[in-house]
Amino acid sequence: MLSTWTPPAAEGTPAGGELLVAFDRGRKLRLLVCPAWFDEANKLRRFTIEVMRRLDRAGVDCLLPDLPGCNESLAPLADQTLEGWGAGMATAAESLRATHVLAIRAGALVAPALPGWHYAAQSGPKTLRGMIRARTIAAREAGLAETSEALMAEGRAAGLTLGGWTIGPALFAALEGAEPVLAPGQSDLAQSALGGPGLWLRAEPDEDAAQADRLAARIVQSLAGGPA
Amino acid sequence: MTVSHNLDGAALDLELKGLIADVLGLDPEQAQAFGPDSGLFGHLPELDSMAVAGLLTEMEDRLGIVIEDDDVDGEMLETYGGLFAFAEAKLGGR
Repeated sequence: MLSTWTPPAAEGTPAGGELLVAFDRGRKLRLLVCPAWFDEANKLRRFTIEVMRRLDRAGVDCLLPDLPGCNESLAPLADQTLEGWGAGMATAAESLRATHVLAIRAGALVAPALPGWHYAAQSGPKTLRGMIRARTIAAREAGLAETSEALMAEGRAAGLTLGGWTIGPALFAALEGAEPVLAPGQSDLAQSALGGPGLWLRAEPDEDAAQADRLAARIVQSLAGGPA
Repeated sequence: MTVSHNLDGAALDLELKGLIADVLGLDPEQAQAFGPDSGLFGHLPELDSMAVAGLLTEMEDRLGIVIEDDDVDGEMLETYGGLFAFAEAKLGGR
């Protein structure tokens, strides 16, 4: 189930394969999963795979590509851009012949225009706000004075390392205005539909079988023609 | 996300404890047992700076308030009573 996919070669970097976790049995329904980002990616990794396992059992192929610069990727995160990630996900969708998309949290910002779902979609400004806040709190604990305003200015000008993730200036600036937009055939799946608090909120990565059951069931139901 | 307006003391207490339980993955009963002197930041190992950031962002969403850098200090985060007083003041000040 471990495979690779090939993103479009970025300027100045050789084309290389990125990791793909796939439940690929050549079936008719093929779901591309756009993962959550940064710290949330770790918190939601197991949940994401658990949802994929359930969909696999329900007869849906599931394809989870790494974003370049994230997870197992060898590409530098600092060089990544919002457009690059969007183009990458579109390329993955095409080369893997995806028929649907499930975008998780900030993954909705780079979801290709296939029919599908945005699960608990997160905007760019909120993504940055949470990470900036964690940094100012940690700085204060360490006796350093850092303000959100100054950090935002630094991020725009030179990029910023937040929670260990090095975000380049282009990605940073793009995120300040990035809102998830539903393409035709896509709908929102809110956390409230899963009957529990979002696992990205947890201080440590966790799992919740009942939530994974509900998310997979909603998708299966919707694929069968029921309400999303 | 539910935005709760005009929360009175008891409803805010319930909301705030539920929120802490959600963020820290605590048993809801454990959170409901918090008193004003129950220790938070520096007392609960789960509550590191990233979790505090998550907690504050969730408070903004669910309570419909905006929390500035300068609002965040040791006193507000040290005990449950401190956090409750802060949320109450923010809601009253709108």
